[in-house]
Amino acid sequence: MPATPTNVPEPSRTDPALLRNFCIIAHIDHGKSTLADRMLQLTGVVDQRQMRAQYLDRMDIERERGITIKSQAVRLPWDPSEGEEGSGTTHILNMIDTPGHVDFTYEVSRSLAACEGCILLVDAAQGIEAQTLANLYLAMEHDLTIIPVLNKIDLPAAQPEKFAAELANLVGCDPEDVLKVSAKTGVGVPELLDKVVREVPAPVGVKDAPARAMIFDSVYDAYRGVVTYVKVVDGTLGKRERIRMMSTGAAHELLEIGTNSPEMKPADGLSVGEVGYLITGVKDVRQSKVGDTITQLNKGATEPLGGYKDPKPMVFSGLYPLDGSDYPELRDALDKLQLNDAALVYEPETSAALGFGFRVGFLGLLHLEVIRERLEREFGLELIATAPNVVYRVDMEDGTEHEVTNPSEFPTGKIDKVHEPVVRATILAPSEFIGAIMELCQTRRGNLLGMDYLSEDRVEIRYTLPLAEVVFDFFDQLKSKTRGYASLDYEPTGEQSADLVKVDILLHGDKVDAFSAICHKDKAYAYGVRLVAKLRELIPRQSFEVPIQAAIGSRVIARETVRAIRKDVLAKCYGGDISRKRKLLEKQKEGKKRMKMVGSVEVPQEAFIAVLSSDSDGDAKAKK
Amino acid sequence: MPEDGALPGHALAGAAGRPLGFYLHVPYCATRCGYCDFNTYTASELRGSGGALASRDNYADTVVAEIRLARKVLGDDPRPVETVFVGGGTPTLLPAADLSRMLAAIREEFGLAPGAEITTEANPESVDPRYLAELRAGGFNRVSFGMQSARQHVLKILDRTHTPGRPEACVAEARAAGFEHVNLDLIYGTPGETDDDWRASLDAALGAGPDHVSAYALIVEEGTQLARRIRRGEVPMTDDDVHADRYLLAEEALTAAGFRWYEVSNWATTEAARCRHNELYWTGADWWGAGPGAHSHVGGVRWWNAKHPGGYAQALTEGRSPGAGREVLAAEDRRVERILLELRLADGCPLDLLAPAGARAAARALADGLLERAPYEAGRAVLTLRGRLLADAVVRDLVD
Repeated sequence: MPATPTNVPEPSRTDPALLRNFCIIAHIDHGKSTLADRMLQLTGVVDQRQMRAQYLDRMDIERERGITIKSQAVRLPWDPSEGEEGSGTTHILNMIDTPGHVDFTYEVSRSLAACEGCILLVDAAQGIEAQTLANLYLAMEHDLTIIPVLNKIDLPAAQPEKFAAELANLVGCDPEDVLKVSAKTGVGVPELLDKVVREVPAPVGVKDAPARAMIFDSVYDAYRGVVTYVKVVDGTLGKRERIRMMSTGAAHELLEIGTNSPEMKPADGLSVGEVGYLITGVKDVRQSKVGDTITQLNKGATEPLGGYKDPKPMVFSGLYPLDGSDYPELRDALDKLQLNDAALVYEPETSAALGFGFRVGFLGLLHLEVIRERLEREFGLELIATAPNVVYRVDMEDGTEHEVTNPSEFPTGKIDKVHEPVVRATILAPSEFIGAIMELCQTRRGNLLGMDYLSEDRVEIRYTLPLAEVVFDFFDQLKSKTRGYASLDYEPTGEQSADLVKVDILLHGDKVDAFSAICHKDKAYAYGVRLVAKLRELIPRQSFEVPIQAAIGSRVIARETVRAIRKDVLAKCYGGDISRKRKLLEKQKEGKKRMKMVGSVEVPQEAFIAVLSSDSDGDAKAKK
Repeated sequence: MPEDGALPGHALAGAAGRPLGFYLHVPYCATRCGYCDFNTYTASELRGSGGALASRDNYADTVVAEIRLARKVLGDDPRPVETVFVGGGTPTLLPAADLSRMLAAIREEFGLAPGAEITTEANPESVDPRYLAELRAGGFNRVSFGMQSARQHVLKILDRTHTPGRPEACVAEARAAGFEHVNLDLIYGTPGETDDDWRASLDAALGAGPDHVSAYALIVEEGTQLARRIRRGEVPMTDDDVHADRYLLAEEALTAAGFRWYEVSNWATTEAARCRHNELYWTGADWWGAGPGAHSHVGGVRWWNAKHPGGYAQALTEGRSPGAGREVLAAEDRRVERILLELRLADGCPLDLLAPAGARAAARALADGLLERAPYEAGRAVLTLRGRLLADAVVRDLVD
């Protein structure tokens, strides 16, 4: 192991020529966090005693699920042991950790914009996955220097030759140029760092210009308020400076500026090409938005850096506390999560069936899952989430237009056109599954855009698909039809008009808003039949007959009946039975509290959960 | 539960206004029936556990010891006993003299009220005219036979060992022995039973001329042999709707024969033929339950005895109360119990027992045809025929 570098340049006084800003693009489980761990150790910023696995992943959920939601930047001093730079000149490597999932593409693109190079890290036993490929294309669009690396070469199942060829093909290099490392054992990691120094270009900026720093991440910390991660493109930001957010014009005092190695370390400032954090005392990440440009308040820059976008939710779901009295806790929890998540939007919503809750907008399904899991785990809430839906635009014949984020808001009356969002989906899979994948995409109203072989037996299939079809258990279906081998990525590409209708579910004649869904006309019947049959299994018999109907407008398309219960009485009640019977009654009353009244029908919570959970079969329990 | 079985002072307040009854449990059976989850034991089940104390040879003495304890606990309570009911198990596995000896102890310690109702349960195969005559001579005046069904294949599923026709003969023998009141217990909804089987059982029972019939839907209790057989798919589970149909058949046949329902599962020819002992349970009266696992109630205090005959006898031998646990009912518990018990009766429960939400539920139940209009207007909730079948659901709403 090389000695810990000496004469490490200080932040704000580092020659840009010695800077290397890079990120690591990798799929979940392909070993990015482990590689980052090795780099922290090799460069001596974390000593052996403090080292813990996946050092940079802060949230429990991140560590458990093996995904990184929020990115960070770490300043690593590195003294290359070989090459033209030779030994003795300590370089500063800024490793910018990127989120690894399709939902966070915008955040990825901002992280990439802060880099000049990237390490493309791929599992030598599995090959590249769709999301990694998508991020690779994104990196190429940003003109980053790509360093292809195969990880886990120590695994018995590793096929380094095969996947080196695949990577070389994608990146446009020789298979020999693909580095082979084991992040676990550390083999090949020093060579990789050397290669970063050698190949990644130094950042270029104008030193004497007004400062322009791009925000690539913004994190809420309970003790320090919002910590904003930036890359200084031009000029210098000094400590105690007054700054301005260029998208909003808001001014803030810089309370602290510094770098991470990997803990926060205050500095005098950040100069051209440098990456670090700053703290202004704002309490909400929406005041410090990813992609925004920071400049000085006085004599600041006039032109922001390009690429800023407001995060736009793509998927909506209603979140309701299982116990209605938890509503205030749910509101507080969402408020807290929003401090750290500029993409999270929500507004109060009332459902006749589910009570008070929120309609919450997410970037995508993973975002939804992560938020829901955090609400349940970190805040101890029990939730019912309605089936996720996308945003529809409805043109009426009278020329008015509606935006529908909740099926129950779908307008009645003469509809001219309904527009739905569409995505461009990329699926990578072994070629034996081409048929199964195409069949799935066809049933989901997909249009084939093209197909390419990545290697002899792996293909990339591209489809246009309605987002609504993707958010409804598409990924699960894809996984099951390809025995888990396929990977998926998608990006929004606009909208299309389609023959969409709202299917309502009526219980005993009363519409249950939570079960309404918008779906394609050709699928409405199947949807109605399936849901009605499922509800028949889940709704206990009542003292009267309960018709369950699916309807489009006033037209009933499916019907089932829950027969009236005729007998609900225990035969015997003598001396020794009385206490037992009273206790049973108390228990039944508890059970009754967990029933939701829909009109006059008692519906168990489990019915809502089973119907609304996105897996199509649910875990329907036989009714008693 | 204090060792001496002493009751809290308030339990006996106002006792003079409440009738007092005795239940005597006999926890022995010749064989264990597949559907039964009662606290009863066969000789082989008791062998090796509990030793001589659990034996039925000296069982009457043990119960007599508890009756003497009851006298101590109830102190100077002056009430004579209105009803005695010997149940099981199979009481008639004991010699008639043993049953009479237990009754005699009650008479000695408490005295029997004039016209007291003295019942024993009896298995049709375990009695004969002599046995019945001995019981009658010992002071018993009511007998309840476990007929269950008139069909051999139904009796077989239930593991009942008597032959069809024997229960009807028992009724005649009991009448001949001088029993004024005779009950037949019937079970409907046994796996394999048809509507016709059930009609035949009702006809056979009514033909024998009892003045009381109890008809119970078969409850498949967890942990019984029958529950296991159903789970394994060896016998089919009876549907609730079938139970409902059978109940309606029973109501029809019994009413046609001049019987009137007075509790969800009980019918009698006259008011005098009703089981007064069971009515004590349903109207919040006091009763002392003696024997293993028996429950007692005095003035809002419920307690129950150790379940095993060995442990039960041990306690009494050592001069301790055999009580294993007790609960003191809060006012709200007593209100809920009154609703759930009295609503099952033909007299119903007073509407002024209900809280506002319960009263609203009662109005809905009336509108849904579950409560009778005339009594409702007179201030009582009385179930209709359909309401009887949904009694538990109505109770759940009325206790709100």
